[in-house]
Amino acid sequence: MTQLTVEDLHKRYGDHEVLKGVSLSAEAGDVISIIGSSGSGKSTFLRCINFLEQPDAGRIHVAGEEIRLVRGGDGHLKVADAKQLQRLRTRLAMVFQHFNLWAHMTVIENVMEAPVHVLGLSKTEARERAEAYLDKVGIAQFRDAYPAHMSGGQQQRVAIARALAMEPAVLLFDEPTSALDPELVGEVLKVMRALADEGRTMVVVTHEMGFAREVSSQVMFLHQGLAEEVGAPAEVFDHPRSERLRQFLSGSLK
Amino acid sequence: MIDWSIITDSLPQYASGLWLTAQLTVLSLVAGLILAIPLAVMRISPRRAVSGPVWVFTYFFRGTPMLVQLLLIYYGLGQFEWIQAQWQAGNAFWLIFREPYGCALVTFTLNTCAYTTEILAGALRTTPHGEIEAAQACGMSRLTMLRRILIPGALRRALPAYSNEAIFMLHGTAIASTVTLMDLTGAARNAYSQHFAPFEAFIFAGLLYLTLTFALVGLFRLAERRYLAHLLPRKAIKGHTA
Repeated sequence: MTQLTVEDLHKRYGDHEVLKGVSLSAEAGDVISIIGSSGSGKSTFLRCINFLEQPDAGRIHVAGEEIRLVRGGDGHLKVADAKQLQRLRTRLAMVFQHFNLWAHMTVIENVMEAPVHVLGLSKTEARERAEAYLDKVGIAQFRDAYPAHMSGGQQQRVAIARALAMEPAVLLFDEPTSALDPELVGEVLKVMRALADEGRTMVVVTHEMGFAREVSSQVMFLHQGLAEEVGAPAEVFDHPRSERLRQFLSGSLK
Repeated sequence: MIDWSIITDSLPQYASGLWLTAQLTVLSLVAGLILAIPLAVMRISPRRAVSGPVWVFTYFFRGTPMLVQLLLIYYGLGQFEWIQAQWQAGNAFWLIFREPYGCALVTFTLNTCAYTTEILAGALRTTPHGEIEAAQACGMSRLTMLRRILIPGALRRALPAYSNEAIFMLHGTAIASTVTLMDLTGAARNAYSQHFAPFEAFIFAGLLYLTLTFALVGLFRLAERRYLAHLLPRKAIKGHTA
């Protein structure tokens, strides 16, 4: 079943066109890695999927439902129905580069928050769910700690548990290991690998070429706002067709 | 020599003055804080029509002395025939402004509300953008985000600045004595005029204010320990050395 399709997404900042028509389709269980040099538009693309950035053109379907858009008076695309966007956002959980945990809440409160106050779960249900996912990411012993008292890798694992607790159709990862000290990257990648093995649908913007190669079902190389190459990891990494991808790979695999 | 009998003679007056001062402080702080929360949310609105009126309110009350505000309300309102007519008619709301107690409470509430609004608005503006994005990304409505993320975070960050405002208010209530109220300062003035012993009368009032101040500081320290735990140095987590 198709969990997420993005068709012909465009985004510009003033005169600079960041995305020039990028499409993506994720079936259940797909792990799609988006790679590319910085400035290629990969984070913007991911953030347009859940409307943290407003795309200028394109269509997005989440779990079979299209996000309804209207063109506003200023020519920009707008969400037609804020309630629908809120509902579809609960199907698209996001993990951020800088974790973005709510600082005044403890670990377990962070994970319980949206299930209780967005999905409407009872506290007991949400607590059980939160404990299960904290256990899964190996952080259950920190349930009552505050984010500021934890390492980056631990915080990111909490953020992953927070995303999982929504039981979303698709998990979006926006450079989840880029803000981490090198020795903490492994613990987060290990969790992400386990999620991929469970058959979760994931779209991952990453600089971790090892992860992209070993875990993804599909790799998309973005260059200057276009999907320069898309394919199975073996294809993309071992037989790059474009010169740009070859250059990028030789640079990142050094 | 200090004549302690002046103080022991006036002790009942000091006690009721202390009670009135505490009442005025606590009631105006609580009411001011409750009003300040929605006003601070309006104050940070990008729409001028929403933030503008709040800006006018806070600039008036922060830009003029509280004594002037009190005199304006206590003496000024009675000048208007319409308000006198309301008093004649027994309108319960406007009767508040015929009593010095009501005038003082309203003035103090509006004054602390103005300062608290600005403190909270500042704290709301410093909400880390990532926390807002995380709330949006999990499908929170704007109201839920305000209620669960923005306001709780802002109230906590505002706590240290707000504790200063609370102490200023405690001291500010001393002007209640200018509109005949027998607060702590009023009691001290009374003791002074009865015994012509200004030092004894006012040093004792000063000591009582000091005590109240320390009590307030202590309360805020407890509140900070509880509500700002996420900013304090971490405690060891049981069974772990991480």
